[in-house]
Amino acid sequence: MNQAKILEAININKNFGGVQAVKNISFEVNKGELLGVIGPNGSGKTTLVNLITQFVRLSSGSIKFKGKKIDHLPPHKIIGLGISRTFQMVRPFYKLPAYKNMIIPLYSPRAKSLLGGKYGDRDAMALDLLEEVGFERDSFVAYKPAGVLPQGYLKRLELAKAMSLQPDLMILDELFSGLSLAEVASILPIVEKLLQKGISIIMIEHRLKELFKIADRVIVLNYGEKIADGYAQEVMESEAVKNAYLGTEA
Amino acid sequence: MKKRKERIDRGIKARSGDIFALSSYREMMYLSAPRFVPIIGFLILPLLLGVYWQKVLLSVAVFALLAISWDILAQTGMVSLGQALFFGVGAYITGALNHYWGVPPFISIPLATIFGGIICTLMLLPVLRLRGIYFSMVTLIIPLMLVRVIEATKIFGGTEGLTGMTPLPSRWVEVYLVIGIMLVCLFGFRRMMDSDYGLVLRGICDNDRSVINAGINIYWYKTQALFIASSIGAFAGALMTHVYMFVGMPVFALDYSIFPIAAVVVGGPGTLAGATLGACLLVPLSEALRGFGGLRIVFYGIFLVVFTVAIPEGIFPYVQRKYNEFERWVEVDK
Repeated sequence: MNQAKILEAININKNFGGVQAVKNISFEVNKGELLGVIGPNGSGKTTLVNLITQFVRLSSGSIKFKGKKIDHLPPHKIIGLGISRTFQMVRPFYKLPAYKNMIIPLYSPRAKSLLGGKYGDRDAMALDLLEEVGFERDSFVAYKPAGVLPQGYLKRLELAKAMSLQPDLMILDELFSGLSLAEVASILPIVEKLLQKGISIIMIEHRLKELFKIADRVIVLNYGEKIADGYAQEVMESEAVKNAYLGTEA
Repeated sequence: MKKRKERIDRGIKARSGDIFALSSYREMMYLSAPRFVPIIGFLILPLLLGVYWQKVLLSVAVFALLAISWDILAQTGMVSLGQALFFGVGAYITGALNHYWGVPPFISIPLATIFGGIICTLMLLPVLRLRGIYFSMVTLIIPLMLVRVIEATKIFGGTEGLTGMTPLPSRWVEVYLVIGIMLVCLFGFRRMMDSDYGLVLRGICDNDRSVINAGINIYWYKTQALFIASSIGAFAGALMTHVYMFVGMPVFALDYSIFPIAAVVVGGPGTLAGATLGACLLVPLSEALRGFGGLRIVFYGIFLVVFTVAIPEGIFPYVQRKYNEFERWVEVDK
């Protein structure tokens, strides 16, 4: 593979007290690819995301984004460089209407410099983006407070907020968890469209079937260690992965 | 024939964001009346009131400013228990400038507003990362500490305070200056909180990690909100110094911290107008109850409890909601 690496993690470690949540993991994301991250519960997937965006500080190791070290920067700077993420547990602004939720990322320095926009313009941008992720324009969904929206819309909102930052790399933390099959089927094309635009994606997912449809490469974590890295099919056939998911025979 | 009550939102022909399509004087009145009533009311009241109640009105405006300042901080997710800090710092700056260097009030008040804002912001900068009750505790304790510092080191006149400030030219200037600034703050900052910038501030209160995740430096925005709020408080303190012609340790009193919170709770948080309305009710009430002597605080307390239980959302949001909807009886067809 001769593509440029957009993100590179080298021997990253994270300890929470005595627990080592991430052990010496190295991986890279190539430009324009979708990297799947899978693993059983508690295997350190979300910690990995938090480490990339520096919501949690690294214990050791380094992370490079577009060839530059980013692990000393505060989270808002990293996001300003072009990494955006969604949260597994959705974090909307509950009191604001859905489209007003979008104003805050659209007001960030990155979005302002790339999209411009004055007060008032951003409302229109917000509604466009929300339509892209499936808020029907003719309905009133986009004007309802986020607090009353169902989970499916909140996940879409979370995705739209990440998209509004015009990222080069998106990290989707269990976007599909808690959604029905139909909802997953309607969000999948949106993710594919992002890939077509050339955005690289790291996708953490428990829904393996859907993930394997779109993932170029998959890494598997277990107890904070990387136990496999490669194409979807070969990864699932490896012995270590089977043991991690199904347990070893005593 | 059965009837039921139907509740409808008052119709405005078209509404999108901030742009209202107005088709009649009635609709224009509907929108502008709630804004003109307080403006005209505040401008006319001093002409109708005697000297004593004019002072009360002055006090209303000062507490309204403190309540607005508290509400801006609260909307940004910083619950402060130390509005007295802002008030006191502003008061002492203008006091010192006027007492030691004879700076006239029209220069010392603006200076106290800006530098009071800067000093308070710097003092609270280290605790900006604290959230919720931890931030509140620190803001509560700082003014209490400053009182002891002044007492122990005898700076700025120690326990005696500084006296003999230059008064403002007349009582009319006093009352109209503070009312003017209060109205500007009320409408200006209400507008600010509704803009995209204000949305970011409110977002920090709602979910700060989400704002970080939007690539925004929340500490920078919190600093700005803190500066705005402390400048408002410092202005109130500076003005009162020139009204009383005295500055001393009472400017750090707990009243200045707790009273604005009571005003916001009664009036309705998150609207700024509620904060002003709360101050308009509580300050005159407190004056009117003076006749009861020791029982005053009891009646005052009962009033607070009744209001917070009866209208927990606050008076202003309640009135606003009722203003925008009306009820009518309609026949139930059967």
